[in-house]
Amino acid sequence: MNESASPVCYAAEGEMFACAAPTRFAVDQYRKDFPILAQSINGHPLAYLDNGASAQKPRMVIEAMTRFMENDYANIHRGVYQLSQKATDKYEAVRGIVRRFINAEYEDEIVFTHGATESINLVAQTWGRKFLNSGDEIIITALEHHANIVPWQMLREQIGIVLKIAPITPQGEVRVEDIKALITPRTKLIGFAHVSNVLGTILPVADICAIARASNIVTLVDGCQGICHLPVDVRALGCDFYVFSGHKLYGPNGIGILYGRRDILASMPPYQGGGDMIESVTFEKTTYKEAPHRFEAGTPPITETIGLGAAIEYVSTIGMARIARHEDEILVYASEKLSAIDGLKIIGTAPHKSGIVSFTMKDAHPHDIGTILDKCGVAIRAGHHCAQPLMEHLGLAATARASFGLYTMREDIDALVVGLEKVREIFG
Amino acid sequence: MTDDLRDLYQDLILDHGKRPRNFRAIDNANHHALGHNPLCGDKIDLFVAVDEAGIIQDVAFQGSGCAISVASASMMTEMLKGKTEAEAAKLFDYLHHSCTGKPADETGLDEDAVDRIKALAGVRDYPIRVKCATLAWHTLQSALKSKAKVSTE
Repeated sequence: MNESASPVCYAAEGEMFACAAPTRFAVDQYRKDFPILAQSINGHPLAYLDNGASAQKPRMVIEAMTRFMENDYANIHRGVYQLSQKATDKYEAVRGIVRRFINAEYEDEIVFTHGATESINLVAQTWGRKFLNSGDEIIITALEHHANIVPWQMLREQIGIVLKIAPITPQGEVRVEDIKALITPRTKLIGFAHVSNVLGTILPVADICAIARASNIVTLVDGCQGICHLPVDVRALGCDFYVFSGHKLYGPNGIGILYGRRDILASMPPYQGGGDMIESVTFEKTTYKEAPHRFEAGTPPITETIGLGAAIEYVSTIGMARIARHEDEILVYASEKLSAIDGLKIIGTAPHKSGIVSFTMKDAHPHDIGTILDKCGVAIRAGHHCAQPLMEHLGLAATARASFGLYTMREDIDALVVGLEKVREIFG
Repeated sequence: MTDDLRDLYQDLILDHGKRPRNFRAIDNANHHALGHNPLCGDKIDLFVAVDEAGIIQDVAFQGSGCAISVASASMMTEMLKGKTEAEAAKLFDYLHHSCTGKPADETGLDEDAVDRIKALAGVRDYPIRVKCATLAWHTLQSALKSKAKVSTE
């Protein structure tokens, strides 16, 4: 890390968030770790508020990837030469970093994928096709991202499972009793977001997992918007699968994680066939490696994995609990400021929210809002956020969405408000 | 407002965006199409009545979208009345070229229509928004191709 970075506070195993952290969250210091934030857009300092789509990368990640390519790069699990061994060691070490970060029990519960989307497809196509039969039921919620809808619909087309949708309250909450009401003896899996990518709602993950476990139902948590905003302990949550993408956690894109409980992963057939996932191959019969390697066919995104490891070390140094508190403060500040704008309506008012605020404005379409904000240096997302069924449920074609990161500061929110006043000036 | 934004959101655009003209269905339309921009969720339901001589007698639309797409649809309905399909195709070419910053030839085109299209051409600086300006026109193309009264593309 560079000299200006946050004070190093290495967390030993099991003490990830217990380090003696400085009381003040030094957002201005942390911002210096992100080279991209220093620029101006259309004559204004960049206010990057689209972290829900992808987070920016700290220098530590960029340098770790560069250093790896300059010094250690080779294909992994293959070469007898020293460089390949070095690359393999560094790559495999990231499994341990991820395990500690989410408090999984074993390293072999961590499968490297190309992103959360692939992680969910992997579960649907391996676990789903092996263990589910026509008429078996999967429950998802009304607020899911397309990535946690479409893979199950494809499985429905393939083997005839039934997809049930748990409703949300008008505030945007998922209630455990609504999920419970959908459970039948044929329910085999409950898949749901940790945090809604549109509404910001934090779902009652542990409670849902508890009722699922009581009925021997497998749980899959889409952690894309959870992992970057909240401390995650998969054993405390009690889930069977937890998936996320590296690029929303300040890491590079092209690397994602599938956490799966050891006994479940061990029971699953391979996903894709190819190199590195086999034990032996003859034209008559091929045997596969154990999990997690049997799910990692072909040359993986090696440098990106190194980058994810560096990203996790970076956020762990700051502390996820502190990041969560900081983002909560920003969320409260933003909610107050936005609510005061005439004609602005916040979409999603659950009491437990994290890192995201969606809104609409009277007389101004989210895309027009997005264009005008861009002119003011403010980057937000406008559209359906890959959650069309939710948008339909809300009766909206689109929303504008501001989503926060560890480097978001009050000044970013103030710039957003200035931009929104401009929207009112044009469309009011 | 900055000059850039003023270039995009001209008064004519804002006016049509807020108060779209011909915002209705046509009962006896002989061409119809639904246009959809899946990226932003803009939807347009377009009705066209063409007489036996091939002259567009009436055009109207319903739907929802951003200011640019609604204004573009609204102005399109006004400028197409009394035009032939061939004239409509020429206007679309002109609009497409104007909105993508290509040389656009206005010879022989209706002057009023050209002025309106010029007001839309501010999107050329916003590549992602070009689709907003052209959605209604793409929908017109599929509507004119369709012969059934109701088509869902």
